[in-house]
Amino acid sequence: MSNEATLHSQQEVMHGAHDHHDHEHHHEDSFISKYVFSMDHKMIAKQFLITGIVWAIIGAFFSVLFRLQLGFPDATFPWLESILGHWAKGGRITAEAYYALVTMHGTILVFFVLTAGLSGTFSNLLIPLQVGARDMASPFMNCLSYWFFFLASLVMMASLFVQTGPASGGWTMYPPLSALGDASIGSKIGVDLWLTSMALFVVSQLLGGLNYISTILNMRTKGMAMTKMPLTIWSFFFTAILGVLSFPVLLSGFILLLMDRHAGTSFYLSDIFIAGKALANEGGSAILYQHLFWFLGHPEVYIIILPAMGMVSEVLAVSSRKPIFGYLAMIGSLFAICILAFLVWAHHMFVTGLNPFLGAFFVLLTLLIAVPSAIKVFNWITTIWKGNINFTPASLFSIGFVSTFISGGLTGIWLGNSSIDIHLHDTMFVIAHFHIVMGVSAFFGMFAGIYHWFPKLYGRFMNSTIGYIHFWVTMVGAYLIFWPMHYEGMAGMPRRYYDVSNWASFKQFGGLNEFITIVVILVFAVQLLFVFNFFYSIFKGRKMTTLNPWHATSLEWTTPIHAGHGNWPGEIPEVYRWAYDYSKDGRDFIPQTEPIGPNEEVH
Amino acid sequence: MSGFLAVLVVVLIFIVIFQIAKASEYVSILKGEKKAREQSNRINGFLLIAFLVLGLIGVYYCNDLLKGKILGESASVQGEGVDTLIYVTLAITGIVFIITQILLFWFAFKYQEKEGRKAFYFPHNNKLEVIWTVIPAIALTVLVAFGLKHWFQLTSDAPKDAQVVEVTGKQFNWIFRYPGKDGQLGRRDFKDIDPGAGNELGMDWNDPLNKDDFMPTEVHLVVGKPVKFIIGSRDVIHDVGLPHFRMKMDAVPGIPTTLWFTPKYTTKQMKEKTGNPDFTYEISCDQMCGSGHYSMRGVIVVETQEEFDAWAAKQKSTYSLTHADTAAPTGAPKADSTQKVVAAVTK
Repeated sequence: MSNEATLHSQQEVMHGAHDHHDHEHHHEDSFISKYVFSMDHKMIAKQFLITGIVWAIIGAFFSVLFRLQLGFPDATFPWLESILGHWAKGGRITAEAYYALVTMHGTILVFFVLTAGLSGTFSNLLIPLQVGARDMASPFMNCLSYWFFFLASLVMMASLFVQTGPASGGWTMYPPLSALGDASIGSKIGVDLWLTSMALFVVSQLLGGLNYISTILNMRTKGMAMTKMPLTIWSFFFTAILGVLSFPVLLSGFILLLMDRHAGTSFYLSDIFIAGKALANEGGSAILYQHLFWFLGHPEVYIIILPAMGMVSEVLAVSSRKPIFGYLAMIGSLFAICILAFLVWAHHMFVTGLNPFLGAFFVLLTLLIAVPSAIKVFNWITTIWKGNINFTPASLFSIGFVSTFISGGLTGIWLGNSSIDIHLHDTMFVIAHFHIVMGVSAFFGMFAGIYHWFPKLYGRFMNSTIGYIHFWVTMVGAYLIFWPMHYEGMAGMPRRYYDVSNWASFKQFGGLNEFITIVVILVFAVQLLFVFNFFYSIFKGRKMTTLNPWHATSLEWTTPIHAGHGNWPGEIPEVYRWAYDYSKDGRDFIPQTEPIGPNEEVH
Repeated sequence: MSGFLAVLVVVLIFIVIFQIAKASEYVSILKGEKKAREQSNRINGFLLIAFLVLGLIGVYYCNDLLKGKILGESASVQGEGVDTLIYVTLAITGIVFIITQILLFWFAFKYQEKEGRKAFYFPHNNKLEVIWTVIPAIALTVLVAFGLKHWFQLTSDAPKDAQVVEVTGKQFNWIFRYPGKDGQLGRRDFKDIDPGAGNELGMDWNDPLNKDDFMPTEVHLVVGKPVKFIIGSRDVIHDVGLPHFRMKMDAVPGIPTTLWFTPKYTTKQMKEKTGNPDFTYEISCDQMCGSGHYSMRGVIVVETQEEFDAWAAKQKSTYSLTHADTAAPTGAPKADSTQKVVAAVTK
């Protein structure tokens, strides 16, 4: 089998000097090849996850800092000066620092946590395990994918410490603000480092994405037809396709920006008078960048949410002991979302002066996405209907995911309609909308995945009491933070405002901002509790005693508790049925590896 | 010191929670896994239904608390359409929100794991799936149709008699220019910008159309009369946000954009309507433009035609202000006004 061949050739590369490579499980791994430059997809998944967690703590902490400013614009916090230095002179964050924090919060959470940390972790962990492969199509490329991400992380981290500060023009990095060092202190070396880091990140995503696609297409075990795969795999598949087709466009946009910054080109620049002189650039279009950016930027939100959808589908089916309702409709809607994701980018640009006739098509296509999304929601609800649901932390987070996905998805119908968007564009309403639908929801999907597959990752369980506290505080907190924020947006309060107290139209929300900030601090503290639970459980968690703790049908639970590189000690199991035979014919569950009985009906 | 204490308290709370969590794990082992599982399912099932009920009450309470703080009636004729669309969308999405959230949490509560319950094997049902594909599709078609109707109205060409105001963004304030008596704005070029000489916009003084253009610090508009903003930027992208009029348009360097609307109420009327003596129509910058983004505030005054005419008559043309020595050597205000008249006549 091709799996076998790939793995053996890998071993030859890795152990060229050794004389024996009789069997893949007998060789001794050095520390470096096992924990650092590992080619085992399970270890790479852990690397992505832990790097993602570190970034998530940093990114979330930044949001606590700038929420302090929003909630208490007149207060001073002397400890801020001790960690931020002159960026928080006198204990109050400066406007420059505020915008740097906001920009880094967005960049880190969108790209480093919810793209790399989420799909990087679970695509790596689950694709080979659930399709029945010994590893990825190219374990070496997979290893490179992580290390490019690591390099991107280093560069981004370095940008936090340069004298002029990190990029501060918003995570979308619109030129001319990001193109001209004279326009903002954050647009000096900070933007160069940001662009370099993101370029490395795109390379990492492409290496990973191509691997995921080829593994799913070519390396499924015997009997694993595409229509027998768990929905997790389908969602990772579409996620990878989105990434592979859209990240290169983003990269091209970044390269043009870099050239505008340093090579004197005018792709995005025209008619600019700044720092007391008129620039020579003419004929460029600042709007061109936005097209290139959002051509990735919009698929990006689906890159973030699709893996969460897949994992939630799986966890809901397992914990309610029912097959996922409408399996084919679920695949169909993933496919529809994937196609439409490429055709709606300009709905971020309704007020840029876009031709209204063109805008009309983007309204139509944007609202069209609500149809497959609605199908998914109704199917999830029907999946738990008449089930027998066990509330593990994972299943609670899945239910929370559906709830926040509904809440945030519905406000998308407001914003996708261009006439309403005119009023709500770039207000706090948008912040509330996308934080609920792709921030909170995606995190809930990720938490569901972590609690559910933690035993597979480390052979131990996480503490569920802390898990329950984590879920309930986060769920209640998320709604308390973002629900009232819609009202600020309805009043027209713009996003990215350092201080609203001088505005007759927006200052009435001072008390609300204070309340939101307090909830943010509480929710952040509970996330630290989760992080503690995670690391503590790796070493001290309750040990896993059975192979299949959740009584799931899918293949990953047929591997040993501490599976070596290659996943199955013997032959890769053969698959005979889909992954959702729960409560069928009076049996609690039927694993995928069990042949179809003589009188059995196939789904 | 207080900071240290705060950290200590947080760490202590962490340790307490952790000890309780660890103890509960031991208890569950002692009690038997089955019993612990039943108990945790009961508690979480109850919490789910409690969350639903309290959540829906919270939604109502939140609305009650904050509805007075969001904008009242639209202050422009065009904005009424936006508001109608918001209410229609709110009704549709609100119904869907309540139904789906109730179903989700109610099912979760009702079908929690119970001794002896068997889950129902229900992999698909074409009829159901067609229903919930078609219903959203119809609802969305209605919203798209309504939305586009308003969209094309909002983005249509301004009426010919609309008052023209040029709004230019720069870091970090707005520059306004009125066409003066001739009703036409003069030529300008960003290369001629010379703030030292008072030429903030690069107006070409050889163009006679420029001679009567004036640049006030506030925008004055006539109630009931359509106004067209010609929007541009001098440096980075800004955005003219007019929350009370439900209008918004980016200010992009090198690419002029426009928007138009008809103000419905004067500033005075709005002060009475809102009961707020400090009410002001504000222009907010809605596109991140640098460290002063949050302070980029403009003021609009809507007034009656008479008030507007009186105000406009008092405005001095930028040309007269910047060419005080050449045009009127004495620099007397009288000379300025004659200059303006002459400019208007010679045009």
